[in-house]
Amino acid sequence: MKQRIKLFVNGDVYEVYTEPNRTLLDVLREDLELTGTKRGCDSGECGACTVLLNGKPVNSCLVLAPEVDGQEVVTIEGISKPGSPLHPVQEAFIEKWAIQCGFCTPGMIISAKALLDRNPDPSEEEIKQALAGNLCRCTGYVKIIEAVKAAAEKMRRSGS
Amino acid sequence: MGSLPQFEYFEPSTLQYAIYLLNRYGDSACVLAGGTDLIVQMRDGKKVPKYVVNIKKIPQLNRIEVGEKSVVTGALTTVNTIHESHIIKEIFPALHQAAGTLASYQVRNRATIGGNLCNASPAADLAPPLLIYSAKLKIVNKGGENVIPIDYFFLGPGKTVLEPGMLLKEIYIPKPKEGTRSVYLKFGTRRAMECAIVSVAASIRLEDGFCKDVKIALGSVAPTPIRAKTAEAELLDKKIDQRLIENAAEAAAKESRPISDIRASAEYRRDMVKVFVKRALYSLVEESGGSK
Repeated sequence: MKQRIKLFVNGDVYEVYTEPNRTLLDVLREDLELTGTKRGCDSGECGACTVLLNGKPVNSCLVLAPEVDGQEVVTIEGISKPGSPLHPVQEAFIEKWAIQCGFCTPGMIISAKALLDRNPDPSEEEIKQALAGNLCRCTGYVKIIEAVKAAAEKMRRSGS
Repeated sequence: MGSLPQFEYFEPSTLQYAIYLLNRYGDSACVLAGGTDLIVQMRDGKKVPKYVVNIKKIPQLNRIEVGEKSVVTGALTTVNTIHESHIIKEIFPALHQAAGTLASYQVRNRATIGGNLCNASPAADLAPPLLIYSAKLKIVNKGGENVIPIDYFFLGPGKTVLEPGMLLKEIYIPKPKEGTRSVYLKFGTRRAMECAIVSVAASIRLEDGFCKDVKIALGSVAPTPIRAKTAEAELLDKKIDQRLIENAAEAAAKESRPISDIRASAEYRRDMVKVFVKRALYSLVEESGGSK
């Protein structure tokens, strides 16, 4: 039976009618057409579908749609709004060439942003731990870790 | 990956209503806590519930409460909340360490302590620490509540004493005696997103070099997480030395009943039990300031 859920995504309110056997990822991609959040493994292994749920990074493929009724979600589309400057993490990923095919990038950026929000000066080990749930099959992670370090420095300098 | 089966979804806001639903729908209902196991199992077709009962709206199940003699955690306390709790880190370091090794940060934000136990994986990271701390589990059913030692909770892979209609509500963890040291070691081929090949939790309390209390628990090497009681008996009330530690590690390996699977062979697992029990005990003895 379809049920109505109301969720807050990137600051906007959405109402969706959905069967309960769909995930937050399904709702984001198929109903709201926010396709920046990627579907990789659909089983919580790869992290490509990472979003912030009430401020915390989670795998959106492991959250049922009705569970997010009344909750707040931030996707990659909400990290920087169209027309406004990129988030320092996004800038750093570009500057450090931390992107190849780009499929893991939205999830990486969400995980990295969440890390820097809770720990503005992470060690390399802490960065690796925070990104351990985000798989990248192109880069070997070196550039990604460099980018997170660079983003941390940018954010500390600008006090954001 | 398949799609999720069709089910009816409930979000009870009281424990009473949850128990009513679980009794009414019996084994065609599944409890949804964090969902990090259940949703994957539904996708794989391993669980096909007609009813899903999300218990996250029940108040009071997501908390850590410090009492005089024990710490209580609600079954819905997330693994990250456990890992980030200063109280847990200080009093139950092995539980803190185990929580930090479970899957990934994203999964830990959803996965719950109760779910990790009820899913009853032989590799469940939080089980060996809770075994060495002699945790007690409060189980609710239609008739009321009862409390059982965690030692009796697991029956086999994916099987616990919980029957349809029952719910794990709280976990009581007695505070160890002063001077007790404890540790969790997890062995896998990667350091994250990994199901343990072998895991060991151990605690020890030494007085003048004599072992006054010792608990050793093993994960991933039997149909359930287990205590290594003959290994413990090798050490208890004796003056700890290298030979005793070797004997205990040997005994633990003998007590383990591992299987061969994609992650490791039974023989290798048994060898690794020996290695990791030894490592755990040496580190605890060293921490206690004792000689090896």
